[in-house]
Amino acid sequence: MKLAFSIAKRFLTSGKTQTLMIALGIAIGVSVQVFIGSLISGLQNSLVDKTIGSSSQITVKAAETGNYISDYADKIIVIEGVSTDIEIVSPAVNQSGALVNSESSEPVLARGFDFSRANDIYQFDQKLVEGRLPVSNNEVVLGIDLYNTMALSLNDTVEFQVPLVGTTSFTVVGVYDFNVKQINQTWILTNLDTLQDLLSIGDEVSQIEMQVKDVFAAEELALVVETTLEDSNLTVDNWIAQNAELLSGLQGQSISSLMIQIFVMVSVVLGISSVLAITVLQKSKQIGILKAMGIKDKDASLVFLFEGLILGILGAILGVLFGLGLSYMFTTFAIGADGNPVVPLYIDFGFIALSAGIAVAAATIASLIPARKSSKLSVIEVIRNA
Amino acid sequence: MPKILELKKINKIYGENTKVPTQVLFDIDLSFEESSFNSIIGQSGSGKSTLLNILGTLDKPSNGSVLINQIETSKMKKNQLSNLRNETIGFIFQFHYLLPEFTALENVLMPYQISKRPITKEVLARANELLDLVGLEKVKNNLSINMSGGQQQRTAIARSLMNQPKIILADEPTGNLDSDTTEQIYELLREINKKYKTTFIIITHDRHIAEKADRIIEIKDGRINLDITK
Repeated sequence: MKLAFSIAKRFLTSGKTQTLMIALGIAIGVSVQVFIGSLISGLQNSLVDKTIGSSSQITVKAAETGNYISDYADKIIVIEGVSTDIEIVSPAVNQSGALVNSESSEPVLARGFDFSRANDIYQFDQKLVEGRLPVSNNEVVLGIDLYNTMALSLNDTVEFQVPLVGTTSFTVVGVYDFNVKQINQTWILTNLDTLQDLLSIGDEVSQIEMQVKDVFAAEELALVVETTLEDSNLTVDNWIAQNAELLSGLQGQSISSLMIQIFVMVSVVLGISSVLAITVLQKSKQIGILKAMGIKDKDASLVFLFEGLILGILGAILGVLFGLGLSYMFTTFAIGADGNPVVPLYIDFGFIALSAGIAVAAATIASLIPARKSSKLSVIEVIRNA
Repeated sequence: MPKILELKKINKIYGENTKVPTQVLFDIDLSFEESSFNSIIGQSGSGKSTLLNILGTLDKPSNGSVLINQIETSKMKKNQLSNLRNETIGFIFQFHYLLPEFTALENVLMPYQISKRPITKEVLARANELLDLVGLEKVKNNLSINMSGGQQQRTAIARSLMNQPKIILADEPTGNLDSDTTEQIYELLREINKKYKTTFIIITHDRHIAEKADRIIEIKDGRINLDITK
């Protein structure tokens, strides 16, 4: 082993340019791997974050429309005990109706929140463009589009009419912008009490909303929550079930990224094995004389396996550095109008280590063919052809 | 004197399974005594190199047997043959066959390293002593490609002696050297033969050189034409 390793090392260091070229070839493969991987997972993460990052990922509702969830405080404690993967649990009351002032009447969805909890899901404080969040009853925050449509200003009074239930007055205390027209136009935000009073439902809520650590585990967690609550009056919904298309889009991305990576790796393997096969020819005289001096076939082939291993390690290290450099350049130079990167990269060190590991393994496997060739090389052929 | 090398009824046919097989050796019976100095002469294509390769277990005879140290080699496995070569036989080839990536000293140490024994101070001292013996003390740390032809051949000689082999097989060891250097190399080989009692079998086409050996064997068309012991 030691002998084969030292011969391999010497073969590589004696042809520095060639060694560097092969290592660079591997490095470029690895860097593409690292860069594409970081890019795609960055793209996915930002997509996931933008679409479901600020919304409920698992929602508990009453099974029948029009019903409410009683003893929600106890249920929240139960849900929080299900798994540490459930990070935020927040109750909400929803009621649709019409928001009316002297000039117009707009259909809206009033959402009552416990802001101390709901803010962790929706990040209202960051989306507030004017005013403040509601602190006492009958205060509302409107979306910027609705606010403009109804030509309102802060501290105006508007009426919220719910057919068959009644009417109540709200004071506009703030304006939010969710960057989604649908929400900006329809959601009005108030506290739990305001809607509970209006609907006369006491201490009941429409739904309990949750955010989880790993969004892709939402489906399984939702199932666990459902079995833990064990209440036939409740249903548990999750974002995956609601956004099948988004999920298939994400999966498509993952698969295409995997395909790219596989092809890059295949070309690296082919490159290394063909170059190493040529080195066997280059070194056949040396292998021949080593065999005449009594080196065993196994050691003769180990020389080339070690060459592959060393080249793989060298290429992987260089490749990771290039890949990170490329990623850094991308995030520095490919920036949007707001100064943020077009696609935020997601640097996953586990993934980088895996790419490097695959490159090392691939280089070693690629050297198997030349290693076999070296083992089969007969001394007499070499001597006769000298 | 005991026989260190014996060939019995050696035939060598190239391309046995083809339409035109070529037989290069015919029923060769030959034996060599321990610590003798032998030369094999013959024209190109006479089969002398093939004979030497068979003697050195680098090539297998089509039939017949090769005994080294009274041990039959035809039934030995590849790894056993490798060990046997490593321990008992030193090779000197016409084209030096040094490893160009290594220094002279490293080349000399190589047969020892192949045997996978640790390199001790004594071993290193021995390698240095061999390099001194062949007059290369000044260039021993040079890469072999940076040495002259004569220096390379001396390195190859030092290397062949490293594992204290009983037999040294040399195929035209001075084939591409000038006559002065050739003379020096033969003096050196003779000296080693006397000092270490190493058996030498040397192929040469130079009659002048061959005549300095204790025994001259002439191969002609794959047969022994002449065998003179002085």
